[in-house]
Amino acid sequence: MQLTEKPIHYLRELLHSGEITAKQLVTSVFERIDEVDAQVGAYITLNKEEAFKAAERADEMLKQGDARDLLGIPIAVKDNISTKGLRTTCASKVLENYVPAFDATAVAKLKEAGAIIIGKTNLDEFGLGSSTENSMYKATRNPWDLSRVPGGSSGGSAAAVAAGAACGALGSDTGGSVRQPAAFCGIVGLKPTYGLVSRYGLIPAAPSMDHIGPMTHDVRDAAILLQTIAGPDGQDPTSGRMQPENYEAALTEDIKSLVVGMPAELIEEVEDAEVKEALFGMANVLESLGATVRKVSLPHSKFAVACFYLLAACEVSSSLASLDGVRLGSRVFEAEDTVTMFSKTRGLMGKEAKRRILVGTAALSGQYRKTHYERAQKLRTLIKTDLAEALDECCVLLLPTAPSAAFPLGHKVDDPVAMYQSDVFTSVANLAGIPALSLPCGYTKEGLPLGVQILGRPFDEVSVLKVGHAFEQGCSMAARRPKLEVGTSD
Amino acid sequence: MIDWDVVIGLEIHAELLTDSKIFCGCSTVFGGVPNSQVCPVCMGLPGALPVLNSRAVDLAIKAGLALKCTINEFSKFDRKHYFYPDLPKAYQVSQDDLPICGNGVVEISFEGSPRSIGIERVHMEEEAGKSIHAGESIMSSAYSLLDYNRAGIPLIEIVTKPDIRSPEEARLFLEKLKTLLEYTEVSDCKMEEGSLRCDANISLKPKGTDAFGVKAEIKNLNSFRAVQRALEFEVRRQKEILENQGTIVPETRHWDEAKGMTFSMRTKVDAADYRYMPDPNLYPVRLDAAKIETIKNSLPELPDAKCKRFIDEYGLPAYDGEVLTGSRALADYFEKCVQEVGDAKLVSNWVMGEILRWLNAHNMQIEDSPVGPADLAKLVKLVQGAEVSNIIAKDVLEEMFVSGKSAEQIIDEQGLRQVSDAGELEKMIDKVLEDHPDPVNDVKSGKLQAVGFLVGQVMKASKGTANPKKVNEIIRARLLD
Repeated sequence: MQLTEKPIHYLRELLHSGEITAKQLVTSVFERIDEVDAQVGAYITLNKEEAFKAAERADEMLKQGDARDLLGIPIAVKDNISTKGLRTTCASKVLENYVPAFDATAVAKLKEAGAIIIGKTNLDEFGLGSSTENSMYKATRNPWDLSRVPGGSSGGSAAAVAAGAACGALGSDTGGSVRQPAAFCGIVGLKPTYGLVSRYGLIPAAPSMDHIGPMTHDVRDAAILLQTIAGPDGQDPTSGRMQPENYEAALTEDIKSLVVGMPAELIEEVEDAEVKEALFGMANVLESLGATVRKVSLPHSKFAVACFYLLAACEVSSSLASLDGVRLGSRVFEAEDTVTMFSKTRGLMGKEAKRRILVGTAALSGQYRKTHYERAQKLRTLIKTDLAEALDECCVLLLPTAPSAAFPLGHKVDDPVAMYQSDVFTSVANLAGIPALSLPCGYTKEGLPLGVQILGRPFDEVSVLKVGHAFEQGCSMAARRPKLEVGTSD
Repeated sequence: MIDWDVVIGLEIHAELLTDSKIFCGCSTVFGGVPNSQVCPVCMGLPGALPVLNSRAVDLAIKAGLALKCTINEFSKFDRKHYFYPDLPKAYQVSQDDLPICGNGVVEISFEGSPRSIGIERVHMEEEAGKSIHAGESIMSSAYSLLDYNRAGIPLIEIVTKPDIRSPEEARLFLEKLKTLLEYTEVSDCKMEEGSLRCDANISLKPKGTDAFGVKAEIKNLNSFRAVQRALEFEVRRQKEILENQGTIVPETRHWDEAKGMTFSMRTKVDAADYRYMPDPNLYPVRLDAAKIETIKNSLPELPDAKCKRFIDEYGLPAYDGEVLTGSRALADYFEKCVQEVGDAKLVSNWVMGEILRWLNAHNMQIEDSPVGPADLAKLVKLVQGAEVSNIIAKDVLEEMFVSGKSAEQIIDEQGLRQVSDAGELEKMIDKVLEDHPDPVNDVKSGKLQAVGFLVGQVMKASKGTANPKKVNEIIRARLLD
C-alpha cells in the first residue's frame, strides 16, 4: 500500500514521530495526483504552491513538538466549499473565476488544526447529481473501475481519497452526496447532524438539507476530521450549541446490548441481491458482537425521494437565483440586449441545474406552492417523526447506502428519475437532519465496493461512529484499496 | 349624482434605528461612500449566512406595542423572490404569513372627533441596495451603478386596515404614526433620507355600500403632503371614471410631484409571483411573554398619555397639549422649561408662539434649537420678575437665536432692563408731562383715554424699558388726585 493510501491516524504517528515530514507527504500526494488524476479526474484546481508553503510551516511546528491532530495532513476540499484566495467553482462555468474572500468555517478549522489543503475536487455542478457527470469541467471516474462513475455529487473527493490522491477530504451532502460516492469508492463518508458542522462558506444548494462531512479511509479518520470541523459557529445561525466531543476517544468496540433497527419498508425496496446480502451480513456481524438487531417501521419513508427532490428543487431555485451574471457569476457580454444577456448567461449552467431551477420555481409558484411545496413540507415532518420514533426504540438504524454498486458512466444521465432513485436510502437522513455514516460492508462479484449506512439520533455521532468502528474491526474491509492501473494513458 | 365613500389603506416602510444591519455587523449610517458598508453577508456572496440582529427584533416589538398590536410569540422569516439588480441575493428576507405583530390601532383626531385606524400587521424585512442608472430608467441606460450600503438595513413594514376615509385623514394618520415611531425611538422617520416611505391603496365605492371598489396602488410618495395631494388627485380621477360608466383597472400608479398627477406604472395582472418560501437559513423567531413584558415596560410615555397628562397636570388647553406632545423632543423641551419657570401656560405660550415660529421660519427642528429650554426659562423668569417687558423679551429672544448670547447678557449689554424704580420713572414722567400740556389737561378734565397717550410717550422716551404698569399708576396718581 502506498503511503498516501494510509489512514490519517497512521500518518499522524509517522509525522509526530518524525519518521516522515509533511513535505515528503505532500510531495507523495502530488506525485500520486500526477500519476492518477489524468485518468480519475478528481481535481478541478490544485493548490500546489500554497500546499508546499503550508508543509514547510507544518514541519517547523512538528519539530517544535506541536502535536495537533492534522498537522501536515494533506486534505482535499470539494469545490463548493469556500477557500479564501483559492478558486471555488462548484464545477460550474458560472463560477469559473470566483475566488472567495473568506474561508468556510470548516476549512478555517482544518487549517487551524494544521491540515494542508491540496486542492479542490470535482462535483456535479452545484452539488446537483449522483454521479459527478454533471460537472461542467469533466467527469470523474471510479478508481475501482474507470468505466464507472464515482457517485456524486462529492465524486471528486471520494475518488481522490480512494485513489490515494488525498489523505482525507471534505464533501457536502444534501441528499446523499457524501455517503453514496463514499460507498461507490469504498471509503467512509459521514453526514453529521444538521447544525453540528457550520455551513458558513458552503455554497448552498438546499440550505435546509446541506451538510459538510468528512470522507476518509476508515471510521477513526472520520472521527478525527469530524472533531476538527464540528462545533458552534456564530456565523451560521443554524449551527447547534453543542460543543464537539472527542469522537476518536469514543471509538470503543463495545456495542453489547445496543439496539440496531432495520427499517422494513426501505429494505423491501432493495432489489440488488448483493446489496441485500452485504446489508444482512453486516447485521449478522453486529449481532455476533452483542448487538440486538430488530425490525422497525418508517411508514412514510417510501415518499422520501419525491419529498426530497421537490423541496431540494425549491430551495435550489432560490439559492441559484442570484448567479445571473449581474449580481454574481460570469456574464456573457456578447448579447444585443439585457434579456438576451441574462438568457445567454443562464445558458452557461448545465442541464441538471436548469432542470432543478425550473422544477423548484414551478413548485413555489401560484397554486403549486400549496399543492406541492407545502405538502412536501408536511411530508417531511411525517418522515422526521417516523425516524424519531424508530430511534426512540433503537440506538441506530441500518440501511444500504445505495441501491447498487457504482454504475457505468453515461448509464443514467438521460433518465433523471432513475438517477434520483440513487438517493432512495440516503435522503431520509437529510430530511430529518440526523447523522448517517456510510462505510464499506462488502464487495460485488466484480470486486466493486458496497456501502452500508448507520443512522443515529440527532447529535449522537458517538453511537454511529462506535457501531461503524466495531463493524470495521469485526471484518477487514478498511484495508482494501482499488488496484488502479496508473500512468499508462497520459 | 352618486356620493362616494373613499377607502384608503397605507403601507409604510420604516428603517429601524439600529447601529448595524439586520443580518450582519455592517454600519447603517446614512450617506457613506458607496459600497463602503458591506460584507459577504449583505452582498449576498455564496456561502455567507445571515445572523439575526436581536436589536432589530426588539425595535419591531416596540413599534408593535406603540401601535397597540398583538405581538406574536412565533413568527418566521420568508424569502420574497424578485428580480432586480439591487437585491443582492435575488430574494428579500421578509415575513409572509406569520409576521411579528398583528392587529393594532392608531387613534387620531379628525375634524375634532376621535378616529381609530386599524393596523393589519407589522413585519420585519431587509432593505435592498440602491441602483443609480446612467440614464432615465434601467432599460434606457447603458449601465447602472449599485450601492449596497443600504442593503440589509432593518425595516418594518406597517400595513393599515382599509380604515382611512379621506386624503387628509391619511396625512393625519401618517403624522401620528411618525410621532409614535419617533417617541419610541424605533425609527428616525426621515423621509428625505428614505428612512420612512409610504405607498397608498385607494378605491371608491358608492356611499353606504359594503363591497370595496377596485383599488389603485400609488408609489413614489416622498412627503406626507405628497400622500395627501396624490390621494386627492386619485379621488378625482377615479370619480370621473366611475361617473362616466368607466371601470377602474387594478394597477400601480406613480405620483409625479411636479405635474401633480399619478401615472400608470403597471397593471396588477402582470404582478410578480414572489414565490414566498420560509428562509431555511433562519430559524423562526420565538418570543416569550416575559421578554415582551420587559420591552413594554421600557416604552416611554406615548403621545396620547402625555397629552392627557399635560392637560390634567399643567391645566393646559387641549390644543396646547396636542401641539406640545407632537414630538417627544418638543414635549421634553416644554417640560424642562416648566420645571424652571413654574407657570405652564406662560411657558406654553412662549414655546408654541415665539420658539416654534422662529424654528419654522428657519426650517429647523426643536432638537436643533439654538435656544435651549434652560435659556428660554431664564428669559421667561426675567419677564415674570418684571425685569424685562414682554415686548422687549421677544426682541431679546430673537437676539438669543442669532447671537447665541444669554438673555441676561443681551439685556445688560443693550440696557434693556425694565425700569421700575419710582424715582427714575418720576424723572421721565416729569419731562413728558411738561412737554405735553394738552393731554395733561384732558386727563385732568376726565378724558382718561389720554393716560394711554402719556404712558406711550414715557415708553418711547425710555426706549421700552419703563415698566408700563408703574408708569400708568404714577401718571394717574399725579394727575387725578
